[in-house]
Amino acid sequence: MLEIKNLHAELEEDSEVKILRGLDLSIKAGTVHAIMGPNGSGKSTLSYVLSGRGGYKVTAGSATLDGVDLLAMEPEERAAAGLFLAFQYPVEIPGVGNMTFLRTAVNAQRKARGQAEMSAAEFLKAVRVKAKELQIDAEMLKRPVNVGFSGGEKKRNEILQMAMLEPKMCILDETDSGLDVDAMKLVADGVNALRDAGRSFLVITHYQRLLDHIVPDVVHIMSNGRMIRTGGAELALEVERNGYADLKAEVA
Amino acid sequence: MAVASARQTDTAARLATLAAPDAGTWLRGARAQALERVKTLGLPGRRDEYWKFTDPRDLAAPIAPRAALFDPGDEAPAFDAIDRVNLVFRDGVFDAGASDDPALAGVEIEMLSRAGQADIHWARDVFGVLESQGQAPVPRPFAALNSAFAAEGVLIRVTGRAAKPVALEYIHSSEASDAMLHHCVKLESGAELTLLESGPLAARGNIVLEVDVADGARFHHIRAQGRDPECRVATHVFARIGAQALFKSFTLSANGALTRNEVVVDLQGADASAHVAGAAVGDGAFHHDDTVFITHTAPRCESRQVFKKVLKNGARGVFQGKILVRQGAQKTDGYQISQALMLDDDSQFLAKPELEIYADDVQCSHGSTTGAIDETALFYLRSRGVPLRQAQALMVLSFLAQALEEIADPVIAADIQARLEGWLDRHST
Ligand SMILES: Nc1ncnc2c1ncn2[C@@H]1O[C@H](COP(=O)(O)OP(=O)(O)OP(=O)(O)O)[C@@H](O)[C@H]1O
Ligand SMILES: [Mg+2]
Repeated sequence: MLEIKNLHAELEEDSEVKILRGLDLSIKAGTVHAIMGPNGSGKSTLSYVLSGRGGYKVTAGSATLDGVDLLAMEPEERAAAGLFLAFQYPVEIPGVGNMTFLRTAVNAQRKARGQAEMSAAEFLKAVRVKAKELQIDAEMLKRPVNVGFSGGEKKRNEILQMAMLEPKMCILDETDSGLDVDAMKLVADGVNALRDAGRSFLVITHYQRLLDHIVPDVVHIMSNGRMIRTGGAELALEVERNGYADLKAEVA
Repeated sequence: MAVASARQTDTAARLATLAAPDAGTWLRGARAQALERVKTLGLPGRRDEYWKFTDPRDLAAPIAPRAALFDPGDEAPAFDAIDRVNLVFRDGVFDAGASDDPALAGVEIEMLSRAGQADIHWARDVFGVLESQGQAPVPRPFAALNSAFAAEGVLIRVTGRAAKPVALEYIHSSEASDAMLHHCVKLESGAELTLLESGPLAARGNIVLEVDVADGARFHHIRAQGRDPECRVATHVFARIGAQALFKSFTLSANGALTRNEVVVDLQGADASAHVAGAAVGDGAFHHDDTVFITHTAPRCESRQVFKKVLKNGARGVFQGKILVRQGAQKTDGYQISQALMLDDDSQFLAKPELEIYADDVQCSHGSTTGAIDETALFYLRSRGVPLRQAQALMVLSFLAQALEEIADPVIAADIQARLEGWLDRHST
C-alpha cells in the first residue's frame, strides 16, 4: 500500500533544518501501523510531506501509494488517490459550513475518480448516519468548519471526514490527544469500523492507551527523523514502561 | 487661493455642460438651492480630506470618459429570478416599455420626471433635504450636483409592507453616456420595503438615493454594481432613521474602473438600527471606494459597518468609515470592520477608520485588516481533495461571508452569492 524509502526532507526556507533523515516504512494493505516517538522527532512532518503540505523540501528518497509516486502529486490528487490525514491540529475555517465543506470534498474526490457526484439528499443521509455513530450532533454540522468546536469535537470531526471520504490509506496524527476516555473509545470504534482488507492505517500517538482500542499490527519508534525500532504491539508497552531513553541509547 | 480658484474653474467647466431640467415649483426650488450648494462647495480635488485615496477627476470632468460596452456572456442579470417590480433605466433614461407596471399594494411609485412637474409633492420634504443635511461636516459635492441636475429617478412612498421588492435595473448601452439619477424613498411609520439596484448606470453615473425611514419602519437595500469594467460611478445614499426603525444596505461591486459609494446615515430616533455592508471584488483596473458616515444622534441605537474587498492584479480598495456619537446618544452600540483579501502582491487597500464620541456610556469598536489567503486552511481543504481553484474560491467566499450575512432575505443572498461564485470562476488563475 504505502512504500517509503530513504525519505529525506528539510525546511524549505532553511535547509539547515533537516527533519526527515532516511526514513523507511512499508505498510501492507489491511494493516495498522503505529508510530511513537519523542516530541520533535518528525512524526507530523512525515504526515505533511506525504499529504503534500508546502514548506518542506524532499531532498532524497521516495514515497509511493500502490506504486504511484505520491511526491509528484498535488495535495488534492493525493487525496483522490486515497490518502487521508487526520490533522494533529484541525484547522478552523470561518465562513465555510461544515456540510458544504464535506460535500465539496466528497464530490471533488468522486469527480476526480470519474464517479457520479452525490446528490444533496444522498449526502445528507450518509452524513447523518455517520455523525450519529460518532455522537456528533446535527447542530455542529451546521457550524463553520471546526469553528467553536472543542478539542475533542475537532478530532471527532476529522474521523467523520475520514468515514465520508473512505480513503484507503489513513494517517491519524495524535487523534487521541485532547480526547476524554469516552471520546477516545468513540474514535477508536470509528476507526475499527473502517478496518478492511483494502484499507491501511498509520496511527501516530504518544500513548499506548489508544493502541488498546486500535490494536496495531506493527509499531515503529521514530527518533530524529527516522525509524529506530520496529516491532509488534508489545513495543508500545515497552515505551509506556521505560520511555524512549533506552531505545535511543541502543541506536547511539 | 490658487487652489480655490482652480476648484472654481473646474466646477464652472462642469456646470457649463449641464442644464437644469424643466420642473414644477417644489422641484425647481430644491434644484436651485442644490445649485447654490455646488457653487459654494465646488467639485472636489485630490487635496480634499476625503479624496486623498480616490482621484475625483474623472467624476468631475466636463465630459465623461468613454466606457466600452461589455458582454456579460451567459451570466443572468442580477435578481432575475426574484419576483419583483422591475423598473429599467437605459443610460439613465426610464424605459417604460421594458419595465413592469409599477403597481404594488402599499407602495406609490412615481417617476421624478413626471412628479417633478407638480407644484407640490410629498418628496419636497426629502428631495435634496437629506442630501443637504449630509453635507456637514464632510462636503459631498457630487451629491449636490445630482440634486441640481438629475432629470430622472423614482419617488417611492411606502405606507404598508410591500409584498415584493422594487428593483431598479440599470443598463449601460452607449459608450459615451453620462447619467444622473435621483431617487427618494419615504417609509411611513411601520412600513417595509426592499429596494434592489443592479447594473452599471452609464459610462459615467451619478446616483443619489435619499431614504426617510419613519418610526418602526424597515428598509432593505441591496445593490449589485458592475460588472462593466470601464464604467465609473459615484453614488450617495442619505438616510434618516426614526425610532425603532431598521435600515440595511448591502452592496456587491464586481469590477468597474472607478466606484465611489458614499453612505450617510443619521440615527435620529431611539432604539434604531443601521447596517451598511459591502463586498467588492476587483481584478486589474479597479478602484473601489466606500466612504461611510454614521451619526448616532438618538440613544440606544446600533450600527454596523462590514466591508470586505477582494483584490488582485493591481486593483485598489479604499474604505473611509466614521462613527460619530453625539452627546445625547448614550448606550450606542457601534461596530465597524473593513478588511481586504489580497490575491497577489500587486494590489492595494487603503483604510481610514474613524471614531468620534461625545457620549460617555457607549460601546464602539472598529478594526481593519489586510491579508492573503490563509495557507493552512487552503492546505486543509486540498488535503480533503478540494482542487486548488475551488479551495481558493471557498476561502474567498468564507472571507466575504460576514458581509453577505447582512442580507436578510436568503433568496437575495443566494443570488449575490451566485454572482460572486461566477466572478471567482471567471477570475481565478
Ligand atoms: N514549519 C516549521 N518551521 C520550523 N520548524 C519546523 C517546522 N515544521 C517542523 N519543524 C521542526 O521539525 C521538527 C519536527 O517537528 P514535528 O512537528 O514533525 O514533530 P513531531 O514528531 O510531530 O512532534 P510532536 O510529538 O510534538 O507532535 C521539530 O523540531 C520542529 O520544530
Ligand atoms: Mg506532531
